[in-house]
Amino acid sequence: MSELRQIAFYGKGGIGKSTTSQNTLAALVELGQKILIVGCDPKADSTRLILNSKAQDTVLHMAAEMGSVEDLELEDVLKVGYQDIKCVESGGPEPGVGCAGRGVITAINFLEENGAYDDVDYVSYDVLGDVVCGGFAMPIRENKAQEIYIVMSGEMMALYAANNIAKGILKYANSGGVRLGGLICNERQTDKELELATAMAEKLGSQLIHFVPRDNIVQHAELRRQTVLQYAPESAQANEYRELAKKIHANSGKGVIPTPITMEELEEMLMEFGIMQSEEEREALIAASDAEMAG
Amino acid sequence: MAKDHTSGPDEYESLIEEVLEAYPAKAKKRRAKHLTVSKATDEEPDPTTGIASKCDTQKSNIKSIPGVMTIRGCAYAGSKGVVWGPVKDMVHISHGPVGCGQYSWSQRRNYYIGKTGVDSFVTMQFTTDFQEKDIVFGGDKKLGSTIDEINELFPLANGVTIQSECPIGLIGDDIEAVAREKNKETGKTMVPVRCEGFRGVSQSLGHHIANDAVRDWVFEKGEGAGAGYEAGPYDVNVIGDYNIGGDAWASRILLEEMGLNVVGNWSGDATLAEIERAPKARLNLIHCYRSMNYICRYMEEKYGIGWMEYNFFGPTQIAASLRAIAKNFDETIQENAEKVIAKYQPMVDAVKAKYMPRLEGKSVMLYVGGLRPRHVVTAYDDLGMVIAGTGYEFAHNDDYKRTGHYVKEGTLIYDDVTGYELEKFIEKIRPDLVGSGIKEKYPVQKMGIPFRQMHSWDYSGPYHGYDGFAIFARDMDLAINSPVWNMYDAPWEKPAAIAAE
Repeated sequence: MSELRQIAFYGKGGIGKSTTSQNTLAALVELGQKILIVGCDPKADSTRLILNSKAQDTVLHMAAEMGSVEDLELEDVLKVGYQDIKCVESGGPEPGVGCAGRGVITAINFLEENGAYDDVDYVSYDVLGDVVCGGFAMPIRENKAQEIYIVMSGEMMALYAANNIAKGILKYANSGGVRLGGLICNERQTDKELELATAMAEKLGSQLIHFVPRDNIVQHAELRRQTVLQYAPESAQANEYRELAKKIHANSGKGVIPTPITMEELEEMLMEFGIMQSEEEREALIAASDAEMAG
Repeated sequence: MAKDHTSGPDEYESLIEEVLEAYPAKAKKRRAKHLTVSKATDEEPDPTTGIASKCDTQKSNIKSIPGVMTIRGCAYAGSKGVVWGPVKDMVHISHGPVGCGQYSWSQRRNYYIGKTGVDSFVTMQFTTDFQEKDIVFGGDKKLGSTIDEINELFPLANGVTIQSECPIGLIGDDIEAVAREKNKETGKTMVPVRCEGFRGVSQSLGHHIANDAVRDWVFEKGEGAGAGYEAGPYDVNVIGDYNIGGDAWASRILLEEMGLNVVGNWSGDATLAEIERAPKARLNLIHCYRSMNYICRYMEEKYGIGWMEYNFFGPTQIAASLRAIAKNFDETIQENAEKVIAKYQPMVDAVKAKYMPRLEGKSVMLYVGGLRPRHVVTAYDDLGMVIAGTGYEFAHNDDYKRTGHYVKEGTLIYDDVTGYELEKFIEKIRPDLVGSGIKEKYPVQKMGIPFRQMHSWDYSGPYHGYDGFAIFARDMDLAINSPVWNMYDAPWEKPAAIAAE
């Protein structure tokens, strides 16, 4: 068995992290890799495409039911899905109560202590939205994920989130050795998306590791709670994920310490690409439309 | 052995300089603002003590410097430990992990009359004992079921307060919603208190928050036991007497002998009904100004009840306070006050006659909370003792202003003193007695200096009132004149004649 590789997928909420990561990991199995997915989202929907089922029993809910996390056995929460991929969901509270961040910390500690990481080649963390607090930064801290893959698109907020995540990585890069593996652009069909994604990756000192084109087949597969790899293994989209899986597999140890940019730099870049107007242009447009309204 | 020393501004100013020398520049600059010597002032001397000095030239009520071993507590300590904890017929839940509850379990010797576990609960400890899952999923449900259990096990508990520990403020639990729901279900008073320990710089904010909780969750919820209560002309509340070692009882008898009717004593030996009836009283008498002035100001504004501070430490202050209190009432009460003072005068004379020869001229350094560093000063003075230095853990500027009525010009004043500073001051000044807390007791005694705990009365008391004065004088004598201090010097340093025996 090769040395354990730990990776994590971060990105703005709703960008397609879970879909992209599950499809990619399903493809990674074809490269002979044994995989464990750790879902770090209270919604517990990071493994449904692999398990072909709705959310499973989560570490935290089971622990709460049994009394404490010490009463829990790994078998209670570790489920095996498509192509023997192992799946665990940390789970967490409903929105608006308790502390989901602490939940992630508790769950990951439990998995490590109980040998969930034995006998696998890859551990992949799927982490919700932004790095809002220390708990959700758990997977990028010391001895956890070595490389982070940021799922993004050409939308402004996705770029903004990507930059923020890079800041989070930078914070832990020196103390813990975490690196930015690259950006994965999940196509939204915005203007000049590929160019913008490439430019963003460059600004962060990293690479656009793959541009995943938009294809409705992903939605069809998802409705069946399947990855594209399982639903339509011969499809062009399945090959895209295979391509991405190969690139990630070959990217071991090639991560970088990111160079996040300031808000101004980010806005400048967006202006360069004509996505955002400059302040003067914007004011001129507002004035014009006001004049029109008045007229 | 005490050093023969002369206290004076010059010596103390240079002592402060010397002590500050040990700090790095930044810490030195910050700590320098908390250490001073009381100055001369143009103000009229206090009519009781005949003293006027300026003690409020320094900073207070600001954040302690990390690493210097402050003696302060936290907001939770201020609410649970000081203000709410002594209310005897309510259950006070330490809401959060078990540690805060364990370490605040029955710590302040708030005496009370009642059957513990039946109708009184002061020395019992209740906690929601948070586990990891309560942090992750929130503790509201657990809090609800804890209150249900309390109601089932202790049906005579008249209400519940929820004392928030730190995590409650972090995970966003809605303890107010739980309180409202349980109030609806049981009809009993439920008081959620947002006294998370990380709030504010000391226990002082906890006092304020606890006072606000009285306002919002007792007064604002209706009259309670106050409904239908016919107030008498001599009704008073005693506010800020926590009945440590029975202090409130030793005070109450004096007020009652004067003909006043003590409606409520907050919060030592108090019931919820006493709090509810308080707005009907004629006058609020504040002992601990620092911890309960807030609610007195509110009662003044809302119910038009006046308030005044008083001091029952030592016969001089007791007599002055009794007269000042009586001034608010008719001539009968005023005459009674004189009778009370006269009645106890022989006892005061006897105490003084016995102890003054043993205590006169002895010097004292104090370091206590928010009231006693000034309030007990005249009691020492009544015994002929001298205050060399005094300081507060968590006082505000108005407390230091008031201190000027108690200590003479040239007294060393230290605010939120650090472990190092206090030790150095004591070492250099070598007073005959130090009065502070348990953490200071043993280091000071090891320095060969007599010590009394002035938070807990060193498991003695009461010290309030005339009865208290007798006990106070005896205790100070026990500490200072104990034969043990004659055995402090090493045997080989004894005079040769004795060593040869």
